[in-house]
Amino acid sequence: MLWDNIDLLIAGLATGATYALVATGFTLLWQTSATVNFAQGDFVTLPAFAIIGLHAAGLPLPLALLGGLVIALIVLGAMFKLLLVDPMLSHGLLPLGIAAIALGVALQEGTKAVFGAEAFPFPSVAGGFDLGPLFVNWQDVLVLGAALIAVAALQMFLARTRTGRCMQATAQNPTVALILGIPVKRMVMLTFLLNASLVTLAAVLISPAILVKFDNGGSIGLSAFCAAIIGGFNQVRGAIAGGLLLGVLENFAATYGPDQYRAAVPMLLLIGFVLFRPQGLLGRATERAV
Amino acid sequence: MAHSSGRSLAASLLLIALASVLPMVLQPYGIYLLSLWAVYTIAAIGLNLTLGFAGQMSLAHAAFVGIGAYCTALLGAHGVPFPATLLAATLLAYGVGWCVGYPALRVQGHYLAFVTLAFTTLVFLVLRNEAWLTGGIAGISNIARPRLFATPTAYLRLCLAALLAVSLAVWWLLRSPWGRAFIALRENPIRAMSLGVDVRRYTLLAFAIGAALGGIAGAFYAPLVQYIEPSPFALGFSINLLMMVVIGGAGYFLGPFLGALIAVLLPEWLRFLHDVYLAFYALAVILLLLVCPTGLLGLSERLLAQRGGRPAERADA
Repeated sequence: MLWDNIDLLIAGLATGATYALVATGFTLLWQTSATVNFAQGDFVTLPAFAIIGLHAAGLPLPLALLGGLVIALIVLGAMFKLLLVDPMLSHGLLPLGIAAIALGVALQEGTKAVFGAEAFPFPSVAGGFDLGPLFVNWQDVLVLGAALIAVAALQMFLARTRTGRCMQATAQNPTVALILGIPVKRMVMLTFLLNASLVTLAAVLISPAILVKFDNGGSIGLSAFCAAIIGGFNQVRGAIAGGLLLGVLENFAATYGPDQYRAAVPMLLLIGFVLFRPQGLLGRATERAV
Repeated sequence: MAHSSGRSLAASLLLIALASVLPMVLQPYGIYLLSLWAVYTIAAIGLNLTLGFAGQMSLAHAAFVGIGAYCTALLGAHGVPFPATLLAATLLAYGVGWCVGYPALRVQGHYLAFVTLAFTTLVFLVLRNEAWLTGGIAGISNIARPRLFATPTAYLRLCLAALLAVSLAVWWLLRSPWGRAFIALRENPIRAMSLGVDVRRYTLLAFAIGAALGGIAGAFYAPLVQYIEPSPFALGFSINLLMMVVIGGAGYFLGPFLGALIAVLLPEWLRFLHDVYLAFYALAVILLLLVCPTGLLGLSERLLAQRGGRPAERADA
């Protein structure tokens, strides 16, 4: 019984770690450019399809992964920012939010038109090892390890490097950052590219478990939003804690709770947090302007 | 300060009048689409009140329409006459909307979007899973129309009459002190409070009245399609309603009429694209928003202002 629960915990942490990656990108975009990217979930689907498409076209896996990353950087990073966010940002949250939702629909329907509605398998690491009475999948270890390393690297980058600090300054106060001579525009672009890399990594890690399907984005996006809010919208660390917590809770609820209401877990958690702790797990309480 | 000026009311009345003579030249499917337009417009007017005028972000409106539709279908199946089911649907949605407004007292903007999004998903799950009440995924079929309005044309006229009544009521509401309080809420809540507007009460009212209109739309939707199941009331419909309001022009009285028209017609026009029509619909929405982020009416206002014509249909406090 105990070992079953540990098994669940490991699987939950692995799922949660990928949520954390998506949520981190989401939080970064919000911080540096006030973009609430409602299409974030569908951003995960695109590189997944790009990779299996390139792989199926005959490229070896490493090259296909690289190709997926490049496509994500161009389409989800640069093009998203230049063509959609930049022209609309000055008109406030709402038009951009809706445009992002529409972009999500376009990505879903576009991939469906090209690849059809089936679910595709994604290359993964086979096998595992025994840990006491427990059988641990290499895949889970890989997911958890890669996600944690990525997040730690990101933290290091943001806190220790000059560019990272410039990005943080941009996030905290773009006007002052500009006055101090920080190339704010380049920093914002960098955030979008970083987000594209994060969703690509998340796609590689989560796709073996859920298969690649055109409408995966909906549930991934919702989980990532929840993770971001649970963790505190304005903190990278918070997004990680929120992602891990959510992944674990989802897995336990799926095993012990009623199956039909599985999808309700993140929603209830979300409502509870917004009502009773809007600053999130790790976020600082900020005074509301209103 | 003429957001609900006589001109925009006249334009909406003209649209409704036009719609009521169109059936003579339309195929049955066209009549259905026109009825759907009327129903969507009512729901979008509700969302426009909550979002466009009072400035409260809501992705909960699909749930309100669903609550209205299920209330009508379930009561109708027990022989309750349509006027009574309509009233029940309106009051139920009003009550639920009031409760959904409470989070808005604590959080705003994208937080509110997420809470209302979560609410829509929860309502969808209940509709799908509680089969003893809602029929689950099998849904409820054979929903009766009111006997006097059983034919498609007659039912269309009923929907248009409802739209007319709703338009007049909302037009009056927006010109009343209540409407001005809503706009004050959107423009500057702190100033509104300092001027003695009960911000708490008006925030809840903005949700409740918007929700009630959603309930009315649902009450007319169920007998129109005569078969309901949970999926039309999922998050996608909330998003669709939001697109209608924003594309038409949030905060413009006429906005929902235009937005709903586009939401009904554009997919039909794009249907020749078969499998990819939804993708193109989404791209069209993005393009439209890129060209006019404040909606079609915002664009027309900008053009008028450039030509020195009469601007300011939108309420700017």
